[in-house]
Amino acid sequence: MSDAMAPILDIQDLSMVFGGLRAIDHVSMHIKNGEICALIGPNGAGKTTIFNCITGVYMPTEGSVSIQHAEKPREQIQGLKPNIINQKGLARTFQNIRLFGKMTVLENVMIGRHNSLKAGIFKAIIRDKATREEEQRLIDESHEILKKMKLEMFINETARNLPYGAQRRLEIARALATDPFLLLLDEPVAGMNPHETKELEETINLIRDREKVSILLIEHDMSLVMNVSERIYVLDYGRMIAEGTPMEIKSNPEVIKAYLGE
Amino acid sequence: MTHKKLASELIDALGKSIWFVVLLFPFMVMKATVVSGVAVIRFRWENLPGIAIASFVLSFVWSRALEWNEHRGDTADTDTPMRRVQDVVVSALAHKPIRWTAVSVLLLAMAIYPLALGMYHTNIMITALIYVILALGLNIVVGLGGLLNLGYAAFFAVGAYTYGLLWKYAGPVFAAASINTGWLFWIALPLAGILAVIFGILLSLPVLRLRGDYLAIITLAFGEIVRMVLQNSGPVTGGATGISLIPRPWFFGIRLPPRQAATYIYYIVVVLVIMTIFVVRRIEDSRVGRALEAMREDEIACEAMGIDLVRNKLSTFALGAFWAGIAGVVLASQTTYINPDSFTLWESIMVLMAIVIGGTGSIPGAIGGALLLKLLPEYFRPLAQYRILIYGVAMIIVIIFKPDGLFPRKRKVYTFVDKTASGATTEVGK
Repeated sequence: MSDAMAPILDIQDLSMVFGGLRAIDHVSMHIKNGEICALIGPNGAGKTTIFNCITGVYMPTEGSVSIQHAEKPREQIQGLKPNIINQKGLARTFQNIRLFGKMTVLENVMIGRHNSLKAGIFKAIIRDKATREEEQRLIDESHEILKKMKLEMFINETARNLPYGAQRRLEIARALATDPFLLLLDEPVAGMNPHETKELEETINLIRDREKVSILLIEHDMSLVMNVSERIYVLDYGRMIAEGTPMEIKSNPEVIKAYLGE
Repeated sequence: MTHKKLASELIDALGKSIWFVVLLFPFMVMKATVVSGVAVIRFRWENLPGIAIASFVLSFVWSRALEWNEHRGDTADTDTPMRRVQDVVVSALAHKPIRWTAVSVLLLAMAIYPLALGMYHTNIMITALIYVILALGLNIVVGLGGLLNLGYAAFFAVGAYTYGLLWKYAGPVFAAASINTGWLFWIALPLAGILAVIFGILLSLPVLRLRGDYLAIITLAFGEIVRMVLQNSGPVTGGATGISLIPRPWFFGIRLPPRQAATYIYYIVVVLVIMTIFVVRRIEDSRVGRALEAMREDEIACEAMGIDLVRNKLSTFALGAFWAGIAGVVLASQTTYINPDSFTLWESIMVLMAIVIGGTGSIPGAIGGALLLKLLPEYFRPLAQYRILIYGVAMIIVIIFKPDGLFPRKRKVYTFVDKTASGATTEVGK
């Protein structure tokens, strides 16, 4: 955090081509430490594709994605595998909820903390003192995370039996469990009622303020976007058409055209 | 239920029964016989009412059962007799003394089983327990890892042939050096495990990117390839005739007569089963086991949580294969004869069926399923020709009425005592 101005995530000239379709067309964007950024745009604009390029689900056709955090040198992450990128400190949630449905809520979060432990197969079988302590620590830490996300009453519940809003929060909890410095939220309030949205808005602010995790979110709910984000990127047909503060975006003619047509 | 509904269901059943009568008419009523060189069709009309009534009753019962199944989740089933029995048993087992008594009674029963029941029953039980090991192993791959493996018998074969070939080629060397060949079993046991693991990893490398149907087909092909290779490398493996006269494990240098040898193998396999259960339980409830389950639930999310899928898949196949290898050695020593026909696709499917009927991903399920599938046919010999039919019906009934299997897995329940008083303590119940 020596250089507050250096972006923790820097995307340069990113393109993603599927066959003849250019889903993302030379997009550049960056996120600074401690920021809450939003990425908006009409359906099919390529928002989730950008997420997938950042998190390694897709290998971008062109361009670079680099991260820099906590005094470490800047490194390129495009084309790395999703699990490696996650270990470098980028965690995400999914637009269509992807929980481990048959596992309990606590176990879902424990999976998130997978890489904070070492125990392999042999340790698991022998279950020596160190492994037992490690397991206990894992349970306690996961419990703490669930408390923060107000999910502690569901601990032993099977994840797929949770109410919809709680499932969304559990996805965030699970992502937080991987100790990220940047959290990518893909439509975190989709399908939530206004009350739940308000709650999640507070949660997002809390995550940034208390956990010191920067956030990039994709969202269609404009009230949430305008309330929480400090900067907004607007994507349309794979191209970045605007960038700015909520106030600037609201009055940007390009954005209005993209959303409402001419 | 209203009269109207009942009437419509009865009419429905009547329709089905007519349909069945038409369908079965050529098989059950018409019979072609040759009388002095001329084909004559005899009509056995006396069979007709039987078919009609049986199909009418069965289809009515079936539709009632489906109806009951749909609505059984509507009311909480706290007061059914089954539930009450279950509650009593569960709460009794929660007490340590009772639990330990139950476990020791079970162990004692297993210990005196071969002494009390003789060689025939002992051999049946050995076969069943070999299947328990197989089912527990496959349960890691299919139940925890969610990777459908239809070539599991190949690892079984690898284990059996490890012992067979070891005997065939190292046996004479041992005999020449006047070392007891009974030791070969104990050498083969870990060696087979290791070889099966190697084969498991070899298989998993090409299928790393596959899932579901594609994975099932590739593993099926792998199983057949291994069998074909064994069958067609005559000079090395004995080809279709296999390897015979494989020694039973010897008891500290004493060559046991068949009956005692069976008892001895029985005890060995019981110990192996206990070992398997112990290890599989520990794996299931560990960081590794949870990662496997996460992979089964959602590969993309699993990878996004920082879990290395490649490593996960390798360890899934390796862990599963290990137990099949061990079971193979025991099979070879029990039957003293192996050939490729013991390791067909049918074996893989049997083990898979045991898991599905017992409960995918559940250890009691794998044990119960394997025992049911192996023991029942032995004790209902008269029904042997309907075996496949009964399996099929059993599968359909289990999948519709108990989709989680007969003995579904109970997930670990974590209880937290508020840490303000005593520091974070967790009580772990199963």
